[in-house]
Amino acid sequence: MDKRSLVSISQLTKDEILQLISDAAFFEAHPNQHLLDGKVIATLFFEPSTRTRLSFETAVNRLGGRVIGFSDAATTSSSKGETLKDTIKMVSNYVDLIIMRHYLEGAALYATEVSPVPIINAGDGANQHPSQTMLDLFSIYKTQGRLDNLNITLVGDLKYGRTVHSLIMAMYHFNPTFNFIACDELKMPVEYKIFCDQHGIKYTESRDFGPEIINNTDILYMTRVQRERFTDLDEYERVKNIYTLRNAMLADSRPNLRILHPLPRVGEINPDVDDNPKAYYFNQAQNGLYARQAIICKVLGIDLTQLKNSAK
Amino acid sequence: MNNMKKELAVAALENGTVIDHIPPHSLFKVVDLLGIANLPNSVTIGNNLSSRRYGKKGIIKIADVFFPEETLSRIALVAPNANINVIRNYEIVDKHRVSLPDEIVDIVKCGNPKCISNNEPMSTRFHVVDRENRVIRCHYCEREVSGDDIIIK
Repeated sequence: MDKRSLVSISQLTKDEILQLISDAAFFEAHPNQHLLDGKVIATLFFEPSTRTRLSFETAVNRLGGRVIGFSDAATTSSSKGETLKDTIKMVSNYVDLIIMRHYLEGAALYATEVSPVPIINAGDGANQHPSQTMLDLFSIYKTQGRLDNLNITLVGDLKYGRTVHSLIMAMYHFNPTFNFIACDELKMPVEYKIFCDQHGIKYTESRDFGPEIINNTDILYMTRVQRERFTDLDEYERVKNIYTLRNAMLADSRPNLRILHPLPRVGEINPDVDDNPKAYYFNQAQNGLYARQAIICKVLGIDLTQLKNSAK
Repeated sequence: MNNMKKELAVAALENGTVIDHIPPHSLFKVVDLLGIANLPNSVTIGNNLSSRRYGKKGIIKIADVFFPEETLSRIALVAPNANINVIRNYEIVDKHRVSLPDEIVDIVKCGNPKCISNNEPMSTRFHVVDRENRVIRCHYCEREVSGDDIIIK
């Protein structure tokens, strides 16, 4: 694999994560830079994801680069049966960096094996989505002033939700305490609990989403409970209501509590929470832009030291 | 000693390789993995022979072929207790058990239908996670599979 590529959050060391957060904070203060002048970057979205694609493309544009690509594989030669390898080989002739999203797991890692230019994984099926994790970490850092020793409560679909799995992998550097709140159908898979045990990460597990948990939480990370995960629809209707956050539930929460959600949400956060200053999910999405600017620069080996010094 | 006589009666090897203690249900997988079907050499295959250690076993004798260790390690997934006997001039000059390599390339099929390796003309790659319990992990989609759930391509 090209060592510049970013496929999984687990590739990054603690120092690299902290560096990316510092770089993202710089881009938040100074979003428009000419770091990618003359560079062309491809966004290959074999599976549509408007939010992620627009965020990456905005990041490239704000850095002065140009974008080519597609937003749906149906309009490309892969719909004619072209292999991923051939598509990557062809596109890599034209560009300096490929940002790709694919519906198959492991697609980005395979692309790094055949591509002469670096790859950023913008999601490969249910597997990895490192830029989402970086924006979560940046959001946590911004709202708490630190990543160390936080109490993080994960609620909803902990079985299939890749964002919560990646968050656990990334936070292990920072001595967190996790609370896993889910119904039996969607509880945290055993391999992630083994990961926590092996790395000395403290966690609790519960079906109850009540005040004693909420009031001791620094970061409340909500996820979408999807109807298609349930065989029993009555069970879905019941569970859906239990794991819905309402404004009244936040009455005695910590002042520093912030609510995160990878979006899109369906019903798991009642709209009456939106006006609470502790609701952070819309800002969180915006942080994705800065996190992605930082990731693009890192992958392309662009050193920001001088730029950051001159901006002081 | 008696057992040895029985085996030799099937076909004594002057030079070659004897693979012993193959689980009977894996015998023909081993034949496939080593490409024995396409060898011009004389080959003797026995299956469901009695084994003091395992009850029943399979055995393969191939005349005048000495496999590189890398080739032999392929069968470790399906026959973890197989013994390799290297015969020269009717004598066993080397006897050892097969060992699982750290990385298994293009032998196992990933069980995840949404893995890139099942949707692209490419080699599969697996990392051995737990040698004892034969747990391996797909290099691409990271899904783990173990023991008898491992599918040979």
